[in-house]
Amino acid sequence: MTRKQKRGVLIGGGVAVLAVALVLVLFALKDSIVFFHTPSDIAEKGVPPGQRIRLGGLVENGSVVRGQGTTITFKVTDTLKEIPVTFTGVLPDLFKEGQGVVAEGTLDANGNFKADSVLAKHDENYMPRDVAKALEEKGVKLGASAHPGQLKASMP
Amino acid sequence: MFVEFGHFALILALLVAVVQVIIPAIGASIKDERMMRVADPAAVSQLFLIAIAFFALMHAYATSDFSVLNVAENSHSTKPMIYKLAGVWGNHEGSMLLWVLILALFGAAVAVFGNNLPVTLKARVLAVQASIAVAFLLFSLLTSNPFARLDPAPADGRGLNPILQDPALAFHPPFLYTGYVGFSIAFSFAIAALIEGRIDAAWARWVRPWTLAAWMFLTIGIAMGSWWAYYELGWGGWWFWDPVENASFMPWLAGTALLHSALVMEKREALKIWTVLLAILTFSLSLMGTFIVRSGVLTSVHSFAVDPARGVFILAILVLFTGGGLALFALRARDMQAGGLFQPISREGSLVLNNLLLVTAAATVLVGTLYPMALEGLTGEKISVGPPFFNMTFGPLMIPLLIALPIGPMLAWKRGDFAGAMQRLAFAFGLAIVALVAVFAVEYRGPWLAPFGIALGVYVMAGAAIEWANRVKVGSASVDEIVRRAKNLPRSAYGTLLAHFGIGMLVVGIVATSAYREEHIQAMKPGEKLAVNGYDITFTGIDRARGPNYVEDIADFDVKRDGSTVAQLTPSKRLYDAPPQSTTESGIYAAWRGDLYLVIGDPQPGGGYAVRAYFNPLVRFIWLGALIMFIGGGISLSDRRLRVGAPAKARPSIAVPAE
Repeated sequence: MTRKQKRGVLIGGGVAVLAVALVLVLFALKDSIVFFHTPSDIAEKGVPPGQRIRLGGLVENGSVVRGQGTTITFKVTDTLKEIPVTFTGVLPDLFKEGQGVVAEGTLDANGNFKADSVLAKHDENYMPRDVAKALEEKGVKLGASAHPGQLKASMP
Repeated sequence: MFVEFGHFALILALLVAVVQVIIPAIGASIKDERMMRVADPAAVSQLFLIAIAFFALMHAYATSDFSVLNVAENSHSTKPMIYKLAGVWGNHEGSMLLWVLILALFGAAVAVFGNNLPVTLKARVLAVQASIAVAFLLFSLLTSNPFARLDPAPADGRGLNPILQDPALAFHPPFLYTGYVGFSIAFSFAIAALIEGRIDAAWARWVRPWTLAAWMFLTIGIAMGSWWAYYELGWGGWWFWDPVENASFMPWLAGTALLHSALVMEKREALKIWTVLLAILTFSLSLMGTFIVRSGVLTSVHSFAVDPARGVFILAILVLFTGGGLALFALRARDMQAGGLFQPISREGSLVLNNLLLVTAAATVLVGTLYPMALEGLTGEKISVGPPFFNMTFGPLMIPLLIALPIGPMLAWKRGDFAGAMQRLAFAFGLAIVALVAVFAVEYRGPWLAPFGIALGVYVMAGAAIEWANRVKVGSASVDEIVRRAKNLPRSAYGTLLAHFGIGMLVVGIVATSAYREEHIQAMKPGEKLAVNGYDITFTGIDRARGPNYVEDIADFDVKRDGSTVAQLTPSKRLYDAPPQSTTESGIYAAWRGDLYLVIGDPQPGGGYAVRAYFNPLVRFIWLGALIMFIGGGISLSDRRLRVGAPAKARPSIAVPAE
């Protein structure tokens, strides 16, 4: 093989790998990204049932119902609108009424949200940034105990 | 008093670092040896001063000096001593101090052990290294001063986040940082070489041990983080494609590529320009990781305080060093001489493929990590990119890499014999097919791709074993001859073999546990039973106990297999005093075939608890594989030919002379 041909093989191989990767990335971005919505977003824009989304807001006070075996129901609110959520499993340590939560799953035809994972990433004065930001945009006043960006030590 | 001392030492370290940038750099350009020699004592004193600052902060933590803001915010008087000390780097300011400490440590190590480096190259390397230190010391002093005082001092501190009060996590950051800050040396060497406008095989020989050391620590650091997430977060998962995990994984991928391309450069003087570029990119990804983690731009379990001043500052550092490095590369790369030629099918060719795939994989991870941020910035739409994205993009790129992995070392330099390599690997193919059939037979209901994944891992492991057997002539030589050859095989060869074997194990572990994990969720009352993968689990009761700084509800489970008790598991829920936060402690029974993993959830009305039970088959292979890779790196590093400062003529047959 001449020098030129060798270089051709090298460049050709590189381009081929990058092309494959690009196709994979585009496909994956089309199929596997998940949008974040607040209850008001859902009420305004409408999210088709069955589409995977992340639902963020506060766990409504007094809405958590346990004791149906391992199924738990609660409501996620942004203080303007609320969405009932069903979740089967063990809730994270930080899940509490009145605090920020992000649930991932799908809406059914009746507007109930079936979550397959629940994230509660906050301590007593922190809530997920997405939630805080979304709530602020909706004009919800956050108390001193619930402003974003106060999760202290975390994994570096 | 100590605290002011530490603060002062940190400021002094900044001044020393400024001197270390300017004097040796000027000295190198006007060929003044005395000016160049300033770099060595400067690098050592810089380390000494930062160490004083670090220990001053550690002292404040150990004595619970709450008049220091950082201590008051992150520590608590009742915390066990080990977590008081580990608390130093369990927060933003302290971990940045650790960052510069490790940066200075690597710089000082080059100053002390790099006696065989040409004087100008050494001076330039240390000047570049110090310029990184200047940037980060300024960052630390201006935006994240760990020594800020608090007046009046509170009676007690706010405590360290309880999920971080854990032995594995206490040592995870130092390892991880040693890893990704260690790549700064490769960067400094690359920039110094570009300034010199000259680069050769000797350069690669100097760079490789540093890169290898950084890579080893990054490997074990990532593994420790994964191990911690596995048993502490209580989700039974070991990798979440969380942005913070990705932040350390991208430099790992690029660093692995760098390790292999530096090998080509050292042995064959090829891929010079590419290796220099890769060294710049690897450290840039480390800086990118620091930016992602330290600025709080991403929503993640790991997010720190969102402070725009910090974010902008680190972004400026990132742009300066990455942009500056790449600009210099663009200007000077064409002056570098192209190196040795090779056929596509050759050792070099296989290492090029390795680089291509690893770098592309790092790029897909980068896209997945930054895309949500970019989209939110541009359109305001919030999305999350989760595991499915990475499985679809990263996964397929790893398949050709793993297939090629055992073949590469079987090929000769310059021109390889592909058919010969295939013949020698026949046994590995055979073993892989046996594994494939066996897994299909046992787990025929599982996903159809999984047996292929396990077979691929087995093939990689077998490939490493065959390479060893070939090199010591198992099967064709006498036993004495085999032993003699095994003894004479260089340590770096053993290192490579072990690291490749570890990769195979890792793959087997990942595929098995991802495809065949069993999960049960059930509300259980004391006395009730649950069957998981052949284990009979009985919930025997729950007790409340008091720990050093928490109360704990400990559930008791009796685990039986075939009628006899094999373990007592005690998963628990802890409520810490400060900050008042609960954590889930898992109960794990580890066996070769997999882990039985129990966590308890909410108390149920009527006295029961929600119980989550997992069976994670072969999950230990993941960390064991990483540990073997770490050990392989260490053995390779102890090789005389690689040892820093060892005479380069250790193997006279080497074709490329060092200068």
